[in-house]
Amino acid sequence: MKLVTAIIKPFKLDEVREALSSLGVQGITVTEVKGFGRQKGHTELYRGAEYVVDFLPKVKVDAAVTDDLVERVIEVIEGAARTGKIGDGKIFVFPLEQVVRIRTGETGAQAL
Amino acid sequence: MKKFLLSMCVGLGLLLGASAAMAQVTDAAPAVAPMMAPEAPAAVAPMVDAAALAVAAAPAAEPTAEPTPHKGDVAWMMVATLLVVMMVIPGLALFYGGLVRSKNMLSVLMQVTVVFSLVLVLWAVYGYSLTFGGEGLIIGNLDKAFLAGITMDSVAATFTEGVVIPELIFVAFQATFAGITCAIIVGAFAERIKFSAVLIFTAIWFTFSYVPVAHMIWGSGGLLIGMGKMDFAGGTVVHLSAAVAALVGAYVIGKRVGYGKEAMAPHSLPLTLVGAALLWVGWFGFNAGSALEANSNATLAFLNTLIATAAAVLAWCVGEALLKGKASMLGAASGAVGGLVAITPAAGYVGPMGAIAIGLAGGFLCLWGVNGLKKMLGADDTLDVFGLHGVGGIVGGLLTGVFVSPLLGGGGDADFSIISQVSVQALSMLVAAVWAGVVAFIAFKVADMLVGLRVTEDEEREGLDISSHGESAYNR
Repeated sequence: MKLVTAIIKPFKLDEVREALSSLGVQGITVTEVKGFGRQKGHTELYRGAEYVVDFLPKVKVDAAVTDDLVERVIEVIEGAARTGKIGDGKIFVFPLEQVVRIRTGETGAQAL
Repeated sequence: MKKFLLSMCVGLGLLLGASAAMAQVTDAAPAVAPMMAPEAPAAVAPMVDAAALAVAAAPAAEPTAEPTPHKGDVAWMMVATLLVVMMVIPGLALFYGGLVRSKNMLSVLMQVTVVFSLVLVLWAVYGYSLTFGGEGLIIGNLDKAFLAGITMDSVAATFTEGVVIPELIFVAFQATFAGITCAIIVGAFAERIKFSAVLIFTAIWFTFSYVPVAHMIWGSGGLLIGMGKMDFAGGTVVHLSAAVAALVGAYVIGKRVGYGKEAMAPHSLPLTLVGAALLWVGWFGFNAGSALEANSNATLAFLNTLIATAAAVLAWCVGEALLKGKASMLGAASGAVGGLVAITPAAGYVGPMGAIAIGLAGGFLCLWGVNGLKKMLGADDTLDVFGLHGVGGIVGGLLTGVFVSPLLGGGGDADFSIISQVSVQALSMLVAAVWAGVVAFIAFKVADMLVGLRVTEDEEREGLDISSHGESAYNR
């Protein structure tokens, strides 16, 4: 099993969710996050005071999937989240040791 | 120590208030009596006009009738007074509140509210008497302290001979001016001052700066009005003097922790616009109400307040777009306030086109006030009190001397001299500014000695809402 974590542009969230659903991914966790990468921040001007905003708002999507699904999950996230402009985000993949469905006590791939 | 002093202030205030109330009761008693007298038609009429009816009923007995208030004027002055109250709470409070960080929101709302309330009480106790009682050069006298002798029959003169308004509404109207002046100042040291220090400063500065400056410009026998100073609704009395006090405060108290290094972006510009809009609407009471009558002079001030402000909004936006590339909402809101300040001294004196010119000048120069001038001054004037009220007050005060000229559409006499009027305006503003600044400096030092001006660095970082008032503005 793998945990796929994607940092994407907030307005791409719906497309990514639809793409993952159509692949059969049963659930995702979404978090609003801030960060910086190659995309520059912007400056805000309040009367005479100028503030540089370095951290831009992004959405983090976590999806736990079976090994055989990983490549296609990465593919569809890439496809759905891409605009071609700087700041589209990144996808990280981690090995996942264990999953437990709390309600039933199922573990492993059964719990996904 | 702090709590003790605070409670002492409150106790003293209550004591003064109670004695004032007693003084009023004794004064009011004889005033009520005539209304109960057997003048049958008068008894059922509304109280305000009882005297008028009584006079009308017996014209033969009293041929030289005293002027009596007109109901229309009374109604307008009550509405105008309410509008000025609305300017302060919630107008000014929200205009300021939206501009601070969310952790200091309540402290600003609180300072505006309590400073306003404190000054209203002090005004009734002795402020009104020292400002509008007596004919001193610098200050009035204490004959009307505790509003002694002011009854429902007392009248105050207006700018029209033979037209009067009840003195009670004049006391109330002027009270709101004193209150807003002191409330404007809190913007300069927001986000770091001790609440108790604000109140001590306010009581001292109100007494020794607002009162004499207002008397000198508006009181009978006042030094600056004697020189020919023109200040229709308080460009100097209210805005310039508050702005100078504010700037002195910003210097004396010092910069906020992290100023210039950390982001201190406003937490809610929508609230700031709400506040600015309430200020704009309320300002019709402030400026048009300063005519003291519901007459054509008030309507001139009304129209000028409308279009000068609009011109200032446009000027600020154009200036910002040219200099920074983008016109901002905060700029539009600030431009409105800058324009309102600039037209204040001129409102009932200049013509509408003069008002537009003053508005444009006010908008552009206040934009400079919060940018170039602010950098030159080097003070952390948190909410740009000097940049808006100081620059706007100076621009408006000087240009009043220009656009009153009948050649430029103003209401001045045919022999009106721009040069001599502008010199009078400049000199009187200098006097008022120095006076307000010196008193402010002393008042801040006294407050510093008594309770200390600043909260601790930890409290400042935590935010004044929690550390000074024990509550937060936004709970999830």
